Amino acid sequence: MTTSSLRLRAGLVSIVLLAAFLGIWHLAVRSTAPVATMSPEYAKLMGLTATQGKSAMPGPFDVGVKLWEHLKRPFYDNGPNDKGLGIQLGYSIARVGAGYLLAVLVAIPLGFLIGMSPLLSQALDPFIQVLKPISPLAWMPLALYTIKDSSISAIFVIFICSIWPMLLNTVFGVASVRKEWINVARTLEVGTIRRAFTVILPAAAPTILTGMRISIGIAWLVIVAAEMLVGGTGIGYFVWNEWNNLSITNVIIAILLIGIVGMLLDQILARFTRMVTFPE
Amino acid sequence: MATFDDPFDADRSLQSGCACGRHRSASEHEQAALALRCEPVESEEKRYEGVVASALMRAMFPQDLARRAFLKSVGASTALAALSQFFPLQTATEVFAETGAPEKKDLKVGFIPITCATPIIMAAPLGFYAKHGLNVEVVKTAGWAVIRDKTINKEYDAAHMLAPMPLAISLGLGANAIPFAVPAIENINGQGIVLATKHKDKRDPKDWKGLKFAIPFDYSMHNYLLRYYLAEHGVDPDTDVQLRSVPPPEMVANLRADNIDGFLAPDNICQRAIYDGVGFMHLLSKEIWDGHPCCSFAASREFITTAPNSFAALTRAIVDATAYASKAENRKQIAEAIAPANYINAPVTVLEQVLTGTYADGLGGVKTDEKRVDFDPFPWQSFAVWMLTQMKRWGQIKGDVDYKAVAEQVYLATDTRKLMTEMGLTPPASSYKSFAVMGKNFDPAKPEDYLASFKIRKAS
Repeated sequence: MTTSSLRLRAGLVSIVLLAAFLGIWHLAVRSTAPVATMSPEYAKLMGLTATQGKSAMPGPFDVGVKLWEHLKRPFYDNGPNDKGLGIQLGYSIARVGAGYLLAVLVAIPLGFLIGMSPLLSQALDPFIQVLKPISPLAWMPLALYTIKDSSISAIFVIFICSIWPMLLNTVFGVASVRKEWINVARTLEVGTIRRAFTVILPAAAPTILTGMRISIGIAWLVIVAAEMLVGGTGIGYFVWNEWNNLSITNVIIAILLIGIVGMLLDQILARFTRMVTFPE
Repeated sequence: MATFDDPFDADRSLQSGCACGRHRSASEHEQAALALRCEPVESEEKRYEGVVASALMRAMFPQDLARRAFLKSVGASTALAALSQFFPLQTATEVFAETGAPEKKDLKVGFIPITCATPIIMAAPLGFYAKHGLNVEVVKTAGWAVIRDKTINKEYDAAHMLAPMPLAISLGLGANAIPFAVPAIENINGQGIVLATKHKDKRDPKDWKGLKFAIPFDYSMHNYLLRYYLAEHGVDPDTDVQLRSVPPPEMVANLRADNIDGFLAPDNICQRAIYDGVGFMHLLSKEIWDGHPCCSFAASREFITTAPNSFAALTRAIVDATAYASKAENRKQIAEAIAPANYINAPVTVLEQVLTGTYADGLGGVKTDEKRVDFDPFPWQSFAVWMLTQMKRWGQIKGDVDYKAVAEQVYLATDTRKLMTEMGLTPPASSYKSFAVMGKNFDPAKPEDYLASFKIRKAS
């Protein structure tokens, strides 16, 4: 059995699963509810759910048509509260990028420091253990109250949620660099700084990158919730705005896009991880 | 006269135009003179001109007798001509209409996407802000707590708030005490009690024990009206039913999912529940208290003192928009203007039903009530006093409260009256009025007696 034929068969199964899913979805939301008789002028004032027994849940075709509409013009701007999906995703990615980069700038140097010093590692451990499990959204009211700016608050929330996996992985990666390698460096009288960059960093890089990969996933999860909370712009706001209009079709489209963008972000980090991985 | 007319014709006047020279013909001059009298005028500019001219006349003739004698002897048109000789009436009118350049032109105003915010929202697409020299961005906001925080944080210069919220913020209930002010009420009426369709035979509130109701916010007229309504029917809102604070859009979804039995909510949400076939209109809030305030236009004291001209222009735009929205014939146009995703984001049919008052009741009937929602900007201080009595009744305020002082500090009836008079509108002369809620009279002068008269209230 060659790998190419396995891949082919896996792809086929994927397509069959997708088709089955769409088929079941389509059947499940068919209009089946009994329609009450009503006068025409009354019916004119009512929605399709009430007049034609149309399910409140849109079918795959409704979603497809709407998705096509969005894809045709992703960057329209009808004012502060109505922008195209492309723009909304752009805002979200920019927020995630800002919060995440800040977290990288803090977590990796700090992780290095903690990983190289057993004293710091033990002293800071209780704080990290307490702060780590806090849901990032729990910070939101506090952030809004102290920072007094909702978009910076959103970035702060991304920062605080993506810092822990990176920090812990960096600490772990740095602390578990093989003793022999460090000893060899010592024997060759390599300085501390040089040792950190030429021996420890390359050795710990795969672990650090894994932490970064976990972080980006969490950051993307959190941004949607954060934007739903503070509103204004972003894909989370889009979900909220369409939820406000009870437009489930648009909510489903947003869910799909959130999934795709999340996958792309993860793939990018995965590629970086492969680049720094080394065989032992 | 035309260029080629014979200047030596004795029957022709060489002077083209009128006596004062500012109008093209004598008849136009007459028209302008008419505007100086206190008669209703159509356009806003004319209204301002009238106001300015009458102020000028008053200044010149402090005694009315002298003014009348002067007008009688020379006639109104000559008087106008004479006046405009040495006083630039036109320029003064323009200056007056602007009343000082706004300190800050680009403003952000937050709103919640419900029809209560109609004047705030429509002022953007229909150009009321632009008319008063402002460039306002109206920003949709996720919920009442967020709009409160963003206004306190100065991300918004002013905002759409539930009428009791500025009182609560000023008193420091549910937030740090920050002085806020209400220059205008947004809408009156326009809410409703919607029940799930399965309760269509349960119309008597006495049978509602054990039901779950949703309200949009704790400091809302919705909360106070629902509690009032239940209590009047002998149902204690704190012990006999469950009241939950739920964001309006989630109310419809929760009603569909059977998580709640009904809600007292702002419109378009009520009508939306009917439109989607999940509930019916039990009662319009108008039937509890006709003319009750619902939402307000609010700003912090700090904004008012640092940018008084911007604030005045903003208030004028809102008052203008509110006046426009109060006319039934404009309602359809407004419904279309505020329906897109940039504003309320709701089906036009739903908004039309709310604004025009011809609506499906959810039980198969079509009802008409033109005053289902109405718009009246005047911030009656008695409204504030009533809300304070209810806040105290339900334990939101503990201890004593100086009703009058708080009402006067937050509800800017005096300033709004002045502004409305300047705009040529006729605001009420008093800031207090008594009114009846479910047939029970409220006298704003005796809030404590009113409070004591309720049997059902939170024991404090």
